[in-house]
Formats: sequence, structure tokens, C-alpha cells
Amino acid sequence: MKSRRFYMDKIWIALTFAAVIIAIIPLASILFYVSVNGIPALNWDFFTMLPPPPVAGYVGGLGNAIQGTLILVALASCIGLPVGLLSGVYISEYGRNFYGRTVRFLGDVLIGNPSIVIGIFGFYLIVIPLQHFSVLAGAVALGVIEIPIVSVTTAEALKLVPNSLREASVSLGTRNWRTSLLVVSEAKRGVATGALLATMRVMGETAPLILTVGLSNFWYSGTSAPVGSLTAFIYYYATSGWTPWVNLAWGAAFILLVIIIGINIVVRILTRGRGTNG
Amino acid sequence: MGPRRSHADAAFKAIVLVVASSIVVLAVLFFYFLISRSAPTLRLGFSFILTSTWNPLANIYGILPLIYGSLVTSAIALLLGVPVSLGVAIFLSELSPRRLKSPISFVVELLAAVPSVVYGLWGIFVLAPILTFHIYPVLNKYLGFLPIFQKYYGTIYSSSVLTAGIVLAIMIIPIVSAISRDALLAVPDSQREAAYALGATKSQAIRISVLSYARTGILASIFVGLGRAFGETIAVVLLIGDSPLITSSLFAPGYTLASAIATEFSEALTPTFKSALIECGLVLLSVVFLTNIFARYLISRVSKNREAASYL
Repeated sequence: MKSRRFYMDKIWIALTFAAVIIAIIPLASILFYVSVNGIPALNWDFFTMLPPPPVAGYVGGLGNAIQGTLILVALASCIGLPVGLLSGVYISEYGRNFYGRTVRFLGDVLIGNPSIVIGIFGFYLIVIPLQHFSVLAGAVALGVIEIPIVSVTTAEALKLVPNSLREASVSLGTRNWRTSLLVVSEAKRGVATGALLATMRVMGETAPLILTVGLSNFWYSGTSAPVGSLTAFIYYYATSGWTPWVNLAWGAAFILLVIIIGINIVVRILTRGRGTNG
Repeated sequence: MGPRRSHADAAFKAIVLVVASSIVVLAVLFFYFLISRSAPTLRLGFSFILTSTWNPLANIYGILPLIYGSLVTSAIALLLGVPVSLGVAIFLSELSPRRLKSPISFVVELLAAVPSVVYGLWGIFVLAPILTFHIYPVLNKYLGFLPIFQKYYGTIYSSSVLTAGIVLAIMIIPIVSAISRDALLAVPDSQREAAYALGATKSQAIRISVLSYARTGILASIFVGLGRAFGETIAVVLLIGDSPLITSSLFAPGYTLASAIATEFSEALTPTFKSALIECGLVLLSVVFLTNIFARYLISRVSKNREAASYL
């Protein structure tokens, strides 16, 4: 009698563990091939030189793409982080009403928005009025992607702060807005986690960039000009069929993955000891 | 002190209220831009959508092939991705030894962090060759009596609907497993205990009481996965072959709403062409928006704290 039931349990464990393995294999494969193909592409030239023309004998790098990605992400965060943070404060501290729940609901929905649509949005908001692709348009598009992510994660982090802290603060005569800031500082690890995740997400975006920033083979020349970016170069070089370009694409993918895994590890450390909520 | 205090508080409240309203404004603006800029083709009505030829050179913009491609790739993603995601979720919430939980969820979360262009690059140079030369011929040989596994004009394409669908399946695993795992974790222990008290084993308890209790949350996770797969752009552009076809063969190249926008937007110089692409964006946004609203509604219905569950 025992055996069949006993084996069913084992079969369930085996099947679900097999699912875990199936989920992990692609990640292992991606990490392996991006490292194997990407690391050899990295040298001093990769970080300091401009992209080479598709002509044999030329050496080059993606220095301008690294520069462009950093500038785009920094500018996007100047928009996305403050707006997202204040929105999160509103949702958590002042949003216990219909409008607050609506904002929160829309934030959740917007997180799942296709990024190509945000590219179209940036195109008509900035590119058309200015008549050309620009860093500004890309930063706005990426910032727009950050806003709902930061809002929702901030609101979640603030809600974990116990109400007794707010009550203690108010009972000491502290103004409400100071109390809100106190709550934010109490939840700073959760808030930082949201900011990091949003930054990571936009660093890996491609679709909005090809509609707003375009591509440039030259160094950054101001916010109203196009700029190169790591993701856009991977996108164009992956299908170029020109081996030196494909190698540069692998190198760019390796750099992106290293940064993203680094951010994930920091997030892991920040959220350690807070249970298995994900 | 009194009046000044309330002034400062009122000002702060007004600031966060106005800033938070940007989320509402953004949602409205997305639809405003898409509707107003696709007016030229929107005026043509449903005949536009219901035409099965997409040929910008001939000025014909029927988006049925793109809708078809989006639906088929999303369906493949769900068929392959959801069972794996559920397996991961059940393992993590019910069966895993405690010390494995944290490392496994970390690794699955990393899968969500990989940029889609990196999935595309890996797909082109690693996954597509394996599938095209080792897996697809076998499928064709043994299951070739099914239309979906027949060659397209005698060829198995490396950039195909199936390849794009498989990569989408991998890409939705993290989000689907995270949401369904939380749905399983939200099942009260009394449910499990009731099943055990009736003499159920662990697997029977999962089947009888846990999965059925969590089914709304699991359904929500599937809809969120559908929204992601439907809207994914760059990985699909790089792997699907960008050909507006309607064919039963999964080994044929295809096209999706999102990949058409990404591929052709900068080449679309005539107003009708651009308008057609933006109408693709409108269809895409509408589908994903409604999908996400439905999923959020399901999640808010099951989570005890209405606003507790959030996912990137």
C-alpha cells in the first residue's frame, strides 16, 4: 500500500526539480557563451576606441557605447528616481483612497508595458518636436520606464515600515511631511533596491533606444545629438555578419551581464534577512 | 505654529500628489499619441486589420500576419513556459529543502535580469543552431504528420516562429514562476493540514488542496506572462526572421506587431506606412494593457493585503 503513494511523492519532487533544472540551463548557457565569446573581445581598445568600419585591418572598440549607456542611464535616473520616489510616498502615505489605489494599479499595469510602445511615445514627445534623434529623447523614454518601477517598489518598501513609527513621530509634534521623510529613511534599503532594479532594467533596454536615440559611431556630443549605447550596438552588430562586429557585440553583452549580475548581488545583500518575498 | 505647519504639510501633500499623477498622465499619453498618430489608418476601419497582406512596398498594410505571429509566438511561450514555471513554483514553495530555496530563486531572478538583446544574441549564435540542426529535424521526422512540424517550402528556417517562441518561453519563466509561487505561498497551512488529516501524502495535498486553492493566482501569473510574451520586441526581432507570413508551419519565419515596429519604424517615411506601424503599436498596447489589468485584478482579489503583490 505504501509504495505507490510513496513513489508519487518522489515523482512530484523529480518533476518539479526537473523544471528547476530546465529553467537554469538557459541561464547557465547564456553566462557560459557570453563569457567565452565576450571576454576575448575585451582589451584596452574595446574601452577606449570608437567602432571600427567594416573593413579588414581596422581595430576599434565600443568606448562611445559604454559612455553613451552610462550617460543615458544617469539622465534617465535623474527623471525616473525622484518622480518614482515621490509617487511611491504618495501611494503609501497619502494614497489610502480611490485615487491612490488607481495610481498604484496603473503603476502595476505600466510596469508590464511593452518598451517599444514607450519608444513610440518618446519619438512623438521629443524626437518629432526637435526634428532629430537625441540623448534627451532616450533619457526621457528610459526615465518613463523607471517611474512605475520605482513608484511601486518604493510604496511597497514604505508599507513595511510599522505604523507605530509614524504614530510615535506624529505624537512628538513632528510635521506630517517630516514624518514621511522619516519613513523613507527607515525604509531606505527597500527604496534603494527599487532604484537599483529600475536602473538595471533600463540599462538593458534596446527597443526604446532605436526609436529615440538612434546610433552614433562617435563620442557623446551633447544631449541634443544621438549617442551610441551597448544594447543598440549589440542589436545592430548581432545580425551584421561581420565577425569583428559580432565579437564586439559579445564583449558588450559580457559587460552588460557583469554589471547586471553585480546589481543583483547588491540587491540580494540589501534584502537579505527579509524572508523570501520577491 | 499651527497654520504654518499645515501650510508645509499641505504643500508636501500637493507635491507628491501632482508627481504621482504623472503615472496617470503617462498612461493617458501613451494612448493619446498612438490613437492620434494612427488616425490616417484608423479611419480605414477594420478592413485594415482584416487584410492578410503586409507589403509596404506595394502600400498594403494588412496587420493580420503580425497579429497572427504575435499570437502564435505567445501561445508557444505559454505552452512551454507555464508548465516549467509552475514546476519551479511548486518546488520552491512546497518541496524544496530550505537551504536550496534562496539560491534557486536568486538564479531564476537572474534570468529575468538578462537584457532581451542578450537573449537575442545568444539565440542567434547558440540556441537557433542547436534547434535547427538537431531538434527540429527530429520533430519533423517523427511528428511531421502534424502541419505545425512540416517544413516550409522544403526548408527548416533557423529564424522561425518556433525559435522565437522558445526564447519567449525562457524569458517568461521568472515572472510566471514568481507570481505563481507567491500564490502558492499565500495558501493557508490549514488547507494542507486538512488534506494531511485525511491521509493525503505531500503530492496529493499539493494537488487536492494547494493548487486548487491557488488557481486564481496561477491564472494571473499566466496572464502576466502572456502580456510579456506579446509585447517582447528585440529578442523576437533577432530570431523570428521578420517575414509577414500566415502559415501553419512553425519552422517558417514570421513577424509580430512589436518586431514590425522595431524593424520598420525608421524606414517608414510615408504617412500611411508610419500610421500603420503606430496602429500596430495601438493594438499591441491595448492587448497588453487589458491583459495586465485583468491579471492585476485577479491578484488583488486573492492577496490578503490588496496591494501587497508587486512584480517587475
